[in-house]
Amino acid sequence: MIDPIFIAEAALNGLLLGGVMALLALGLNLIFGVLDIVWIAYVELVMLCMYLVYFLVTGYGWPIWLGGLASVAFGAVLGVAVHLLIISPILTSAAINQFLATGGLLFFLQSFATFLWTTDHRTVRLNLPIIEVAGMFLSFARLIAFVVAILAMIGLYLFLRHTFIGTAIRAVSQDRDAMRLMGANPQRVYVVTSAVGGAMAGLAGALLIIQYSVHPYFGAAFGPLTFMICVLGGLGNMVGAVVAAVIMSEIISVGGVMMSTEMGYVIAFVLFIVMMFARPGGILAKRE
Amino acid sequence: MAAPPTGMLELRGVTAGYGQFTALWGVSLRVSAGEAVAVVGPNGAGKTTLMRVISGLVSPREGDLTFEGQSLARLPAHEIVARGIAHVPEGRRIFPMLTVADNLKMGAFLRSARRGYRDSVERVYTLFPALAERQKQRAGSLSGGEQQMLAIGRALMSRPKIILLDEPSMGLAPVMVLRLFDLIRRVREEGYTILVVEQNVRQVLKLVDRAYLLEVGRIKMEGRADELSEQDFVRKAYVGL
Repeated sequence: MIDPIFIAEAALNGLLLGGVMALLALGLNLIFGVLDIVWIAYVELVMLCMYLVYFLVTGYGWPIWLGGLASVAFGAVLGVAVHLLIISPILTSAAINQFLATGGLLFFLQSFATFLWTTDHRTVRLNLPIIEVAGMFLSFARLIAFVVAILAMIGLYLFLRHTFIGTAIRAVSQDRDAMRLMGANPQRVYVVTSAVGGAMAGLAGALLIIQYSVHPYFGAAFGPLTFMICVLGGLGNMVGAVVAAVIMSEIISVGGVMMSTEMGYVIAFVLFIVMMFARPGGILAKRE
Repeated sequence: MAAPPTGMLELRGVTAGYGQFTALWGVSLRVSAGEAVAVVGPNGAGKTTLMRVISGLVSPREGDLTFEGQSLARLPAHEIVARGIAHVPEGRRIFPMLTVADNLKMGAFLRSARRGYRDSVERVYTLFPALAERQKQRAGSLSGGEQQMLAIGRALMSRPKIILLDEPSMGLAPVMVLRLFDLIRRVREEGYTILVVEQNVRQVLKLVDRAYLLEVGRIKMEGRADELSEQDFVRKAYVGL
């Protein structure tokens, strides 16, 4: 029998992981909601940002927070570049072509990263403390990542609620043509959305590099999980994405402690498949 | 140099359609400043396409259209709004998940409209008090009539010179249709120029100064509203008398 304290610890860790996963899922969802395109290579952008932080911090001695800010800016630039170079020319193409194009980007970025930096795992060593709360051990890095992710999500919420362009982003996701009649240049809204989505990838990269090592295939682990969270939450549904992120992270974390890491993923993915039959529109589908 | 006497909005020989399909064949039409003009005709006559051509959602294949003397052909929709043409599309097309207030805010998306945003909101709420009561409600939860008011209010937010109304009475209960035409009359009295497309011929001819009859993509008849409603042909086919 496993000591309940380990399960409580795993549950807490799952929640902390859930925060960062929710951030990733929201970024992907935001872009999907507005452009109706899934960026298959989204987590590969996160991977590039992780490398950036790694090199800035270990190579150039930048403080981690500054590296993180640079990562956010870099992510935004990457997002705009992806939109202008890859998405924009195929915006009206068949869905399968868009799928292939962003999928192609995934393999390109993986290979390019391998070519530039080899498959070595690289870790930023920060010597952050492990903190003990009521007999449970928590990594301070995870706690920081969670808090920053939550703050970023609140920031995103306020941006989408209270600014003109944020409201326009929500409006475009509901009716593209009607928003053109309001005098909004759709291309401008797309670029802003891609920049915001990219910036979220950049922030996620900075929050992940303090917990995990980066390598060219980083996206292979987190990419599918991010998509499943988006689909489970209902594509484009922001609240659903956060709920699904916490559920999936909890299963992986608690399942990992009670059985094995592999079994944690197996259970999470089986649940995903079952849910796709039971609730194809996402866990919160009824509320839409 | 005096400008030639033209209408505020002028279409000359406009042909347009979708892919292989041609919905409008050489349509010419004119709306002068301060006028209310209707385009009536049966389902599938090309009325909605006509509106979409004017607001830039569909580009004309042939012909020219001008607004205040400047050509609109090939301008993207968002630049046409900026010239002062607001389009209230068929089916209202409000943003259902946004609140009433946010819908109006989007109506003022243009940089030039944003400055006068507070003012415009006040004017819309005065015109449509029902919207003021429901500012914080999701637009999708409004009744059909209220949604149409919101769509019109949203168009007014861009501070347009002309308003294009596409089938405003569509899908409304008969009582609501009468109220809506009253409201459009009030919008008119505010000094807006109006081009309206309607199937409810009897009501719309009471509202406008002039009307065009559009059938299978061609203008069949045009004239003063009172004259047109006296025509036997129109009475039999559309007014139902």
